[in-house]
Amino acid sequence: MGAPGAEAAEKTESGGNGYVGRSLKRKEDPRLITGGATYTDDMVLPGTLYAAIVRSPEPHAKILSIDTEAASQMPGVQAVFTDEDMADMAAPCPMVFVPPGVEMRVPDHWPLARGKVGYVGQAVAVVLGTDKYSVVDAAGQVVVDYDPLPVVTDPEKALEAGSPIIHDEFGTNTVFEWSLPGGDVAAAFRDADVVVEKRIVNHRTAGAAIEPRSFLAQWREGKLTLWSSTQIPHICRVILSIQLGITEEKIRVVAPEVGGGFGSKLQVYGEEVLACWCARKTGRPVKYTATRSEEMLVTHHGRDQIDYVKIGAKRDGKLTGIHARIIQDCGAYHLIEGPVIPTFSACVISGCYDFPAVQTDIVGVFTNKFTTDAIRGAGRPEATHFIELTMDALAEELGMDPLELRRKNFITEFPNERPHGFIYDSGNYHGTLDKCLEKLDLEGFRREQAELRERGVFRGVGFSTYVEICGLGPSRALGPEGWGMQGGYFESAQVRVLPTGAVTAYTGVSPHGQGHETGFAQIVADRVGVAPDVVEVIHGDTNTGPFGKNTYGSRSLAVGGEAIARAAEKIQDKARRIVAHKMEAAPEDIELSDGKFQVRGSPGKAMTLAEVAGEAYIPADLPDGMEAGLDEICFFDPPNFVWPFGAHACVTEVDVETGRVDVVRYVAVDDCGPAINPLLIEGQIHGGIVHALGQALYEQLVYDSEGQLITGTFVDYALPSAADVPSFETDRTETPTPTNTLGVKGVGEAATIACSPAVVASVVDALRPLGVTHVDMPLTPMRIWEAIQAAQGSAGPNGGGAS
Amino acid sequence: MARVSLTVNGVGYTEEVEPRLLLVHLIRDKLGLTGTHVGCDTSNCGACTLHLDGQAVKSCTVLAVQCDGSEVTTIEGIGAEDALHPLQQAFWAKHGLQCGYCTPGMIMAAADLIARNADPSDEDIREALAGNLCRCTGYQNIVKAVRAAAGEMSTASAQPSREEVTA
Repeated sequence: MGAPGAEAAEKTESGGNGYVGRSLKRKEDPRLITGGATYTDDMVLPGTLYAAIVRSPEPHAKILSIDTEAASQMPGVQAVFTDEDMADMAAPCPMVFVPPGVEMRVPDHWPLARGKVGYVGQAVAVVLGTDKYSVVDAAGQVVVDYDPLPVVTDPEKALEAGSPIIHDEFGTNTVFEWSLPGGDVAAAFRDADVVVEKRIVNHRTAGAAIEPRSFLAQWREGKLTLWSSTQIPHICRVILSIQLGITEEKIRVVAPEVGGGFGSKLQVYGEEVLACWCARKTGRPVKYTATRSEEMLVTHHGRDQIDYVKIGAKRDGKLTGIHARIIQDCGAYHLIEGPVIPTFSACVISGCYDFPAVQTDIVGVFTNKFTTDAIRGAGRPEATHFIELTMDALAEELGMDPLELRRKNFITEFPNERPHGFIYDSGNYHGTLDKCLEKLDLEGFRREQAELRERGVFRGVGFSTYVEICGLGPSRALGPEGWGMQGGYFESAQVRVLPTGAVTAYTGVSPHGQGHETGFAQIVADRVGVAPDVVEVIHGDTNTGPFGKNTYGSRSLAVGGEAIARAAEKIQDKARRIVAHKMEAAPEDIELSDGKFQVRGSPGKAMTLAEVAGEAYIPADLPDGMEAGLDEICFFDPPNFVWPFGAHACVTEVDVETGRVDVVRYVAVDDCGPAINPLLIEGQIHGGIVHALGQALYEQLVYDSEGQLITGTFVDYALPSAADVPSFETDRTETPTPTNTLGVKGVGEAATIACSPAVVASVVDALRPLGVTHVDMPLTPMRIWEAIQAAQGSAGPNGGGAS
Repeated sequence: MARVSLTVNGVGYTEEVEPRLLLVHLIRDKLGLTGTHVGCDTSNCGACTLHLDGQAVKSCTVLAVQCDGSEVTTIEGIGAEDALHPLQQAFWAKHGLQCGYCTPGMIMAAADLIARNADPSDEDIREALAGNLCRCTGYQNIVKAVRAAAGEMSTASAQPSREEVTA
């Protein structure tokens, strides 16, 4: 299975006013800093009913009976529903990853449990009422009789013979097995002088957007409207249509202000469908807003891979091959695309390195836990983590400097086809590493490190050189006949010049904090000759603009931004023809300069966009055959993915008495192509680093062996605070991609994909004198302390390892 | 039900409330001031931070009935789009926000810090905001914004914001 070639997109002129590339302040911010923004939970409609959900305390059980009588009698309660009331549902949650030739097991996952539960927190009943406190009281009065079944939470145990089986109809806990080879992997390891192998656990985490999920559904005049804290309003509409059996034109989905996503709102949740179903059933608006405890339990989780990694090399450090076996804990049921996530690890298995052979073998596993799906990075952070840490282990084995090993194997020719068929578009891996080292001053650090060790202070440095795949993506490669995703991955845009010359730009992407209203306005402004202030970017409403594919996988700029640039260029082209007609010149002689369309060499012969719009909307004198109006659509389906890259370095200090880890310095040099707005890039890098620092140091969703989530609040699940992290030293290089005319790649996930191995490597570097060679995340004080004790106890100060 | 009289952003209100009603729900659901947000149920995230009798509190851990006779200031009360508070200006200018959900609480907590410490160091700011979680920004630009606002507030009244940012 391969990706299509990186055919060079035709380069077009922005003709611009030079807004692209500048750190403009965000257009979004005035409403956000004054409390004037409207998030879903800020809205109430007349007659709104609040929903409270009865959730299973059992991780695996048959439902023997549900008694709703007492709850129904509670004051203010309008209705209590269970699955038995929902026989009119047209379909369970569709899972859209259907890889050709692969047996994929997809259990029916209904909004309310049907006959049994498979994870703690599974929705069993819903209570509707007029007061949001009293529905919670009433939910506590619903009596469910469960018959507990044996529980399995460890994915490796779930694969063993004799494990409890979660879905009897399959007779196995294997969700799917999938393999992506490239090159002669058997020969690669046969011919290697050195082979290193590691087992790396990449633990389960939460997206933890600060806005909890909220859904407000209204059924009125035979039509459904859903306001949802979603990243994917257009996709949501399709899925609501499938599940509820309502034709698409009768459904409107609106994503109003959305308070962060990080992948966790790239989903269509059971509660979302349930709110719609309840609104249709009762004829009243229905609102459900999750509590944080519910968020932790049943907003999809991320990561949760066990990775068996093997890298082979010649004695001189030349790599011969890499193999990864990934065990992906999928949880008990799927939502819309969980099983595809580990396959994104396979996309980047070659990292920045010229491996002649690669292979990824994936097995997905059912366990009695909640669903895993896309969280910031989605498969690529896991891959970077295991590639980079195994490269470090190889360097150690070869007695080679880890950076020298990397440099010896960096890919330097682009475009570059990897053995598994993917084509890296452009890159300069030495360039980002050079710049990172310049900022870091490695020699200075090594001197400081040695001096500090004399005083019993343990500091270390770790590196991560990464490449990631984003800009999803070419539909031919990703779609049903390729990767197996049941959808297209184009993006849409519509640029509409209004009669006064103001501009409305519709985009199919659906931002939730990224700043697209600003960045996209800059792109349009340069192409139509106005200021970004008069370009209003509209998103997140299926009743406006064309069908879009929304925001995830760092795709918004590389696909959606390109679509909007191309739509704006169509406007520019039509404007040129109108101006040429009015000025009796040839269209190719009209240039956009200083906000005016003017005849080249005759600055006096010029028209503003407003004047052009006047001609277009009072079409008394347009060129023969030209339609009235100034309104253009573009659907852009990219010819390839884009491949951002960079080099990160982390310096940590470890208190060997307590095991506490502090990040002392963090240097990040990233390349996402030319900047549209450098300020927005910087913000994404900062946030991306802290997201991964959280996973590396603090955050973990822990289930006990009985299937109970024991880190289910922000008390136990430790997000990094301002006091836990330092300021970062960031810089960029700019290597354009030929995949789109803007030359841009993606940046929303890059730092999260890069960061975690640098943190772990820095701690291992700090503790190397104590014999520690490996620690799994999160690097909690207890885990570090145990690793030190194990290393000291087992093999003395200069040998052995701990895991 | 209990009767509560309080002043919010300079306007007096008298409400009949359940004794268990949280201040944040009074503010959001009864008074319609939705700039104050709810992000958790354990008082960890700080999205609900507002000022109660001049001090920053997490309004998800205060009962409405505790506020009888009190003065409350929310994000809506410290500035407006045409008259921004220096902190609002600085968060905008320094890109101290992305999704904006934590921002009102973050600004109210920062205002409380500056009231206590007119010239906070980065470390002071980071410690003072440790009870307000942000998942988007990585905090660096929030710290920068608070420092800038503190400087602005100690020298003069707010200057008009520049269009372009130098990071």
